Amino acid sequence: MTLSNIKHHLDDATLMAYATGNLPEAFNLIVATHVSLCDACRAGVESYDAVGGSLLDDNAAAMSDGSLAKALQQLESVPTAPQLRKKAGVLPGPVQDYVGGDLDSIKWRPVGMGVKQAVLATSDRATARLLFIPAGTAMPDHGHRGTELTMVLQGAFQDADEYFARGDVETADADVQHIPVADIHEDCICLAVTDAPLRFEGWLPRIVQKFVGI
Amino acid sequence: MISVRDARDTDAFAELFVHFAPRIKGFLIKSGADATTAEECAQDVMVTLWRKAGQFDPARASVATWIFTIARNRRIDILRRERRPEPEDIPWGPEPEPDQTAVLALQQDSARLSTALAELPAAQRLLIEQAYFKELSQSEIAKVTGLPLGTIKSRIRLALDRLRHAMK
Repeated sequence: MTLSNIKHHLDDATLMAYATGNLPEAFNLIVATHVSLCDACRAGVESYDAVGGSLLDDNAAAMSDGSLAKALQQLESVPTAPQLRKKAGVLPGPVQDYVGGDLDSIKWRPVGMGVKQAVLATSDRATARLLFIPAGTAMPDHGHRGTELTMVLQGAFQDADEYFARGDVETADADVQHIPVADIHEDCICLAVTDAPLRFEGWLPRIVQKFVGI
Repeated sequence: MISVRDARDTDAFAELFVHFAPRIKGFLIKSGADATTAEECAQDVMVTLWRKAGQFDPARASVATWIFTIARNRRIDILRRERRPEPEDIPWGPEPEPDQTAVLALQQDSARLSTALAELPAAQRLLIEQAYFKELSQSEIAKVTGLPLGTIKSRIRLALDRLRHAMK
C-alpha cells in the first residue's frame, strides 16, 4: 500500500455519481485526479462500479444473428491497448491529459494579486481550472451558487481552521463563504471545479471576474 | 476472461460475447439508446474488452464490473460526446501474479452483492437502477418520479447501507 496523508476526501454521493456516470466532465476530472492519489476513494469508486456490474445481469436484450461473427472479424485488426502507467510529475495523470504535459505546459493567465489560473477544456455543464496561489497569499474572498471542489496538487492552503495538503479536497457548497490562504512554504497549485460561477465579495474582484471568467 | 487476456483465446471471447453482449445492449437501451445504436455499441464494448484485456485484474474487479465500466464510458461518449477522465493506475503497478485468495474473495463478494441487490425493497432498488441506467442525477430522478429529493436521497442511502450491511 502507498502511504497516504490525505485527510479530506470526496463524499460518497460524488464517488457514486462518478461510478454511475452522472457527473459533468469537470467533476469527473477532479474525481479521477483525487482517486489517482487516494486509495480509500479508489476503493469506494470500485465498490460502486461493482454495483453497476451486478445490475448488468438482469437486463439482457437479444443481439441479432451474425453479431458475434462480426465482432470476431474485428478482433484481428484491432491493436492491443497499452498497459496503463503512472505518469511522473507533479500533476496527476488525468490532469496531465488535459494540460498536455506537466507544470511547464500550463498556460497561466494572471487574475491579479499574483494569483493565476488556467481554465481546462471540458464540457460546459461545469468548469475546471488550475489555480496558482503564491505562498502566503489569500485567494479572493468568494462564495458560490453551486458546489465548488478544490483539490491541492502542490503546496497547501489553510481555510478557517482546516489545513489542506496535496491530495486533499475541500468541498464548498452554496452557503460557504471562504478565504483559502496558501501555505507560506510553497506556492500552491490547485484543481478547482464548479458547477456555477463563483460569487466574489467586494467590487474589485467582481469586475475582475467579468474579464477572467471565474 | 483470463484466457482472453493471456492466451488471446477467441473461443473464450465468443463465450464472453454470448453472455455479456446482450446485457450491454440491454443496459444501453435502458439508458435511452435506440436498439441499433445499442447493438453497435455492445459490439464495440466487446471489441474494446479484447483490446484492453491486458489491463484486466481479477483481484480488483469481476468481469461484469469491468465490462460495466467500459460500457458506461462508451455511453458517456455516445450520449454526451464527452471525454471520460480515468484515474491513473495504482502506483505500485500491475501485480505480476494476482493473489488467488484475493481473486476468490472478490468473486465471493460479487456473488453476495448480487444477492443483496436482489433482496433490496423494490422502491430502493428502482432508484439505484435509475441512478445507474438512466444517467439521472438525484434531482433529475425527483423530477421524473415526482418524489421529493429528500426521499430519494434517503432511499438511496438506505439502499447503500443495506448493501454495505450485507457485505459485512
